[in-house]
Amino acid sequence: MTGATLFGLCAAVLVGLGLYGAIVHHLILRRIVAFNLLGAGAFLLFGVVARRGTGAGMGGDPVPQALVITGIVVAFSATALAVALLLRLHAVRAAEDADR
Amino acid sequence: MTFALAFDCGLAVLILAMAIWTIAARTTFPAVVGFVAYGLLLTLVWMRLAAPDVALTEAAIGGGLTGVLLLGATSRLRATEPPAVSERPSVPFRLAVAGLCTLLSAAIAAVVLLLPDPAPTLAPEAAAKLSLTGVGNAVTAVLLAYRALDTLLESAVLLLALVGVWSLAPDRFWGGAPRSLALRHRDGSLSLLGQVLPPIGIVLGVYIVWVGADAPGGKFQGATIIGAMWVLTMMAGLQTPPEISQAWVRVILVAGAAFFLAVGIAGFWLAGAFLAYPTGFAKSLIVAIEVALTLSVAATLGLLVAGPPARPVRT
Repeated sequence: MTGATLFGLCAAVLVGLGLYGAIVHHLILRRIVAFNLLGAGAFLLFGVVARRGTGAGMGGDPVPQALVITGIVVAFSATALAVALLLRLHAVRAAEDADR
Repeated sequence: MTFALAFDCGLAVLILAMAIWTIAARTTFPAVVGFVAYGLLLTLVWMRLAAPDVALTEAAIGGGLTGVLLLGATSRLRATEPPAVSERPSVPFRLAVAGLCTLLSAAIAAVVLLLPDPAPTLAPEAAAKLSLTGVGNAVTAVLLAYRALDTLLESAVLLLALVGVWSLAPDRFWGGAPRSLALRHRDGSLSLLGQVLPPIGIVLGVYIVWVGADAPGGKFQGATIIGAMWVLTMMAGLQTPPEISQAWVRVILVAGAAFFLAVGIAGFWLAGAFLAYPTGFAKSLIVAIEVALTLSVAATLGLLVAGPPARPVRT
């Protein structure tokens, strides 16, 4: 077994773990964390596919690698939006409780 | 078993342990700390997968900025967090979900084991046209030449996310500054770090952007480091987030994507297609776009961490 295959199997487990956490957790923040864990697993799968595609003197296929870089940045901005939504939700709820 | 494979096995075990900890921890704070450690370990995996460009991005974002964002949210929501045990779903439900998630993992693992051999790759194509772009780093060539449209849309997505975050502000705070990131219990070490690290970090970030044309690095990696330095000075209380209605803030945020778009549209006349670079000018245009995007992306990332405006406009 090569290192790439090993990390591929690792990524498969990470996706399953992240999905489990995203479904089972009650707190929204925990779901966001779990969803990020799932996403990192998916990116890792891409990395394994890139690593297998060595050629032309490169350690891996640069196309999936570039896609993963784009993906990591977009995942971060989505996480920031999700966290902002969550904090706003709590602020609105706290204001409603104070009114009652 | 070779040493390299033993190292990979150890790394995989550590990552799985961190992932299980992140999912299984009873309260949020240890889970987020576990997630940050998980991100840093993934950085090592990216190095083992011969993807140093991705490793730099993962270290700066997965281990750094996402951690700051999630830890900040955790501390603000801590008062509302219910006792860990009270709201857990029932055991049969959890078992059913665990079973289905195991099935999914098994399916993905089967796909990994059945991947075609030899693996299809675009590396030769990427290498063949590399001399036309003038850059030496194939990943940068993919990001800014072959698939420049993805990168343009990505810089637009970052701005859209920031607009989304800002739009969550209550009406009375619109146009004001985000809440201060300064920690309540400030100690000497953080303000020392906040003064010593940024000069080093900014030089490092600029270097990573510059060297990205020919070696591992690039604008996102460099911009994230510069953005992180800004967040650090804000957390140390040395700077406060700017008011979002100020013109210079808006100009810095939009400049990168606007310049990229302008070069893309100019490509219609100069090179016959959207986002095409005229022959001979590819490298200088790529570096110019990278420099313009760096400041914009750094500012966007910093303001995404800072969150929506939470103070009225000063008059």
